[in-house]
Amino acid sequence: MTLDSKIPAGPLANKWTSHKVNSKLINPANKRKYKIIVVGSGLAGGSAAATLSELGYQVECFCYQDSPRRAHSIAAQGGINAAKNYQNDGDSVYRLFYDTIKGGDFRSREANVHRLAEVSTEIIDQCVAQGVPFAREYGGLLDNRSFGGAQVKRTFYARGQTGQQLLIGCYQALEKEIQKGGVKMHPRTEMLDLVVVDGHAKGIVVRNLTTGEITTHAADAVILATGGYGNVFYLSTNAMGCNVMAAFRAHKRGAFFANPCYTQIHPTCIPVSGDYQSKLTLMSESLRNDGRIWVPKSAEDAQAIREGKKTAAEIPEDERDYYLERKYPSFGNLSPRDISSRSAKEVCDEGRGVASTGLGVFLDFADAIKRDGEDAIRARYGNLFQMYEKISGDDPYQVPMKIYPAVHYTMGGLWVDYNLMSNLPGLHVLGEANFSDHGANRLGASALMQGLADGYFVIPSTIAVYLAEQKPGAVTTSHPAFKEAENSVRDRLKSLMDIKGTRSVDSFHRELGLLIWDKCGMARDREGLEEALRRIPEIRNEFWTNVRIPGSANGLNAELEKAGRVADFLEFAEVLCYDALNREESCGGHFRSEHQFTEADPEVQDGRTQPGEAKRHDDQFQYVAAWEHTAPGQAPVLHKEELVFEEVKPSIRSYK
Amino acid sequence: MSHLNLTLKVWRQDNATSEGRIETYEAKEIPTSASFLEMIDIVNERLIRDGEEPIHFDHDCREGICGMCSMTINGIPHSKERGITTCQLHMRKFKDGDTIWIEPFRANAFPVVKDLVVDRSAFDRIIAAGGYISVRTGSAPDAHAIPVPKSDADAAFDAAACIGCGACVAACKNASAMLFVSAKASHLNHLPQGEVEKDQRVLNMVRQMDAEGFGNCTNQFECEAVCPKEISAQHIAKLNRDYLAASAREAVAP
Repeated sequence: MTLDSKIPAGPLANKWTSHKVNSKLINPANKRKYKIIVVGSGLAGGSAAATLSELGYQVECFCYQDSPRRAHSIAAQGGINAAKNYQNDGDSVYRLFYDTIKGGDFRSREANVHRLAEVSTEIIDQCVAQGVPFAREYGGLLDNRSFGGAQVKRTFYARGQTGQQLLIGCYQALEKEIQKGGVKMHPRTEMLDLVVVDGHAKGIVVRNLTTGEITTHAADAVILATGGYGNVFYLSTNAMGCNVMAAFRAHKRGAFFANPCYTQIHPTCIPVSGDYQSKLTLMSESLRNDGRIWVPKSAEDAQAIREGKKTAAEIPEDERDYYLERKYPSFGNLSPRDISSRSAKEVCDEGRGVASTGLGVFLDFADAIKRDGEDAIRARYGNLFQMYEKISGDDPYQVPMKIYPAVHYTMGGLWVDYNLMSNLPGLHVLGEANFSDHGANRLGASALMQGLADGYFVIPSTIAVYLAEQKPGAVTTSHPAFKEAENSVRDRLKSLMDIKGTRSVDSFHRELGLLIWDKCGMARDREGLEEALRRIPEIRNEFWTNVRIPGSANGLNAELEKAGRVADFLEFAEVLCYDALNREESCGGHFRSEHQFTEADPEVQDGRTQPGEAKRHDDQFQYVAAWEHTAPGQAPVLHKEELVFEEVKPSIRSYK
Repeated sequence: MSHLNLTLKVWRQDNATSEGRIETYEAKEIPTSASFLEMIDIVNERLIRDGEEPIHFDHDCREGICGMCSMTINGIPHSKERGITTCQLHMRKFKDGDTIWIEPFRANAFPVVKDLVVDRSAFDRIIAAGGYISVRTGSAPDAHAIPVPKSDADAAFDAAACIGCGACVAACKNASAMLFVSAKASHLNHLPQGEVEKDQRVLNMVRQMDAEGFGNCTNQFECEAVCPKEISAQHIAKLNRDYLAASAREAVAP
C-alpha cells in the first residue's frame, strides 16, 4: 500500500490557501445532516467539537474525565507559540516554520508544519476574543517570552498555567455549543473500540464508566483526539488516566501507527524519590529563561552533595560545570529538549548527579535573583516555585532546584495525511494523537499550538473533503459491524474479569514501564531493544493469566479501567520497540547509541558538531515509518512515506 | 527516608443509591515523601492483594491543576494545608500514629457516585448556562485590537485560576457555589471582550446555580479558606453587584 500524504501542489506558502479554495464545501443546510464523533475533549478535541458544531454539524463528544474541562491539556504550563512578531524581533511565519522543522530534526512534513505556522497567529486572536487572560504589558498589549529552540520571543503565556487557560476558553466554547444542542457530551465514557464498515471508520463502542453500560454510536466520520502514549513508561508527566487505547484500537482495526519511537523526554522535571511514585511533575521549560543548569565538575563533589556532606552553595564557581552553556553557547540553558535531556543523562552517568538517587542536576536561580531581585523572580515563576516546594520540601529561592528528565510528550501517533485523515477513510486524528507536525522532537510551546490549530482551523475545513463524498447518515448502529465490535468488547471485559489472579494492574504497568524506560528511553541500542521485545510478551502473558481485578464490570471499577489500558500498552510497547529497532539512526527524541558522532567524523573535525551528538542517516531514513498491525505478538508491517524537502535543506542540527 | 504508621477512617459507599459507612484501615510503612494519593495507592495495593475492593477516588493530573481530586481530609476539603489540592498534599505533613478521616466532598448538588467519587456535572451546566463569550471560531479581530489594562487582565486571571474542583462548595455549611460561580463570571466580566454579554451571563449562571440545588451564601468565607488557588471571596461581592444591576436592567427593559 502506498501512503498518499495528499500534500497540495504549488509553492509551500500557498499550499494551505489553495487547498482551502480547491476543496469541496458542504452547504450550511446539508452540514446539519452529518454527524461527527469526537473522542477526547482536550485542546484538539474540544476545539474541534465546538467549531464543527458552530459550522452546523451534529457532534457527539466523549471523554473519560468527569468533565471536558479536565483533559490533560490543562497541565501545560509554559505557553503557546505564534508568529505574531509583536516583539519586532524578526519573527515570521517562515521562521516559526523553519525552527519547527529544524527542532524536529528534519523528520516532519514541510507542508503540515508551514500550515501550523500560518494558523498560529489566528489561534492567538481566537483565544483573546474568548477571554483567555494572557499575560500583558503595562500598555495593555500582550507579553511574550522565549522558549527552547528559538532565538525570538514568540511564546504567549498565562502565568504558569497557559494550558488550563486555553482549555477553559475551548471548554467554554464547547459548553456554549452543548447548550445550543449542537454537541452532545458524554463525560466519564471511554472508547473501547472503533467500528469499521466497508473499510470506513463509522462509529465507536464505548463504556459508561459510572454504570458499566456498553453502547455503540454511529457517525459519518470519527475524530480521535485522545492524546499521546507517554504512560507506556508508567512514570511520566502525563495524567494518570492518559492512555493509548483509542489510538491502539484504531490501529488494530487498520489505522497505521507512525513513528512511535519519537518520544520526548522533558529535561526539567522533579526527580524520582521512591518506588511508590505514581507520576512525575514537570517544571516548566520557561524556568530555563532565568535558571542556570549545572553539576559539580568533579564526581567527588557530586557524591558529597548526594550524601548531604556538602551543599550547592559550598561548590565554588570555578568548580561548577554549566554544561549546557559550555556545550551550546548560543542557546545555552534554552537548548532544545532532547539535547538538554541527553546532556543531563550524560553528566549523571559520569557520576556527577546531585539528587540522592544520583539522577538529578541543579537548576539554579541564585544569579537571576541577584540580578533582578527576588520579587521579579517571584512575579515570573511564583507558582512554579511554590509547586516545587510543596513536592520536594525545598525552597528554590534559597537552594537550587534539582531536576531530571522525564517522559513528557510523544511525537509519534496515528498516521494522517494533509487532511488529518488516517489511512482508514473517515478516521481523523488530531493533536498529540497524530504524528504529523513535530518530527522527531517537539519544541516547547508547540503542543498547545498544534492541538488548537488542528481543532479550530484545520479539521473544520479538511473534514469536508471526506464528508462531501459520503451520503449523510448512510450507516447506522443496526449494521452488523456494530454488534461484532460490541461483542468483542464484552468478551474482552469478561476475559479480564475472569482472570482472578494475584497481581494488581499497577504492578504490571510498573514492570512494563521500567523495562521500556530502561531499554527504549533516553538512549536505545539493538541489544536492549531486542531484549525488550523478548520480555514484553512474557509480561503480557503473565498479565493475561495472573492479573487481579476486584469488583464487577457493572458500575465504576477503576481497576478494570486501568486493566484495559495496560493490556493495550502491553501490545503497543512492541510496536514502539520495533520502530526504535528499525530506525538505525539517531534523530531528535530517538537516540540510538550506535549512531552518534565521534572524533573520527569529518563533521566533528570541521567543528559543525561535537562527539556524542545524534547522527542522522538521511540517505536511509528520511521517511515516516507507518506500521500496520498484523496479529498480537507478531511483528507489524512497515510502510514508508518518504519525506521530501523542497524548501529546507536538512542539515546537522547545531545549537552551538 | 522515614516512614509513618497511620489509621485511616474512610467513607465507603457502593453506589449513588446505597448507604455509606466509615471503614477503618491501617496504613503501614508510608514514606513521608509520598503524596497523599500515593499513600492511598499503597493502601489500595494491599486491599487488592487481600481480595478486597480498593478505595475509589477521583484523580488524574496529580499536579494540582485538573481539579479532579476531591477528598475531605479530617473535615476540611483538600486538608488543612492552604492553597493546595489533595494530590499536592504530602505525607511529611502528618505524624506517626495519626488517625486520618477521609470523606468525599459533600453537597446535595454533588451526589456520591462511589466511595470518595462525586458527580460535579452541575458545574458544567452552570458554565453552559452562560459562562462563556460567544465568539465563533475564525471571527476574532487581531489580538492587539483591544488593549486590556494590565490590572484588568491580572484581575481576570486571578479569577480564571479556578480549577473547578468544588472544594468551595464542600467547605460551605450551605453548600453554596457562590465562589465558583463568581470566579467564573468575574473572569469574563473583568475583560472588555466579556462586557457585551455580561448581564445575561450573570443572570443565567446564577439561575442555573439555584436550579442545581446549591445553597445560599452567608458570607462565612470557608470557601476562600479552602480554595486551592486561593481565589478571593471579593469576587462574590462583585457577582452580587453585577447581579443586582443586571436584574434591575432586566426589570425595566422594554
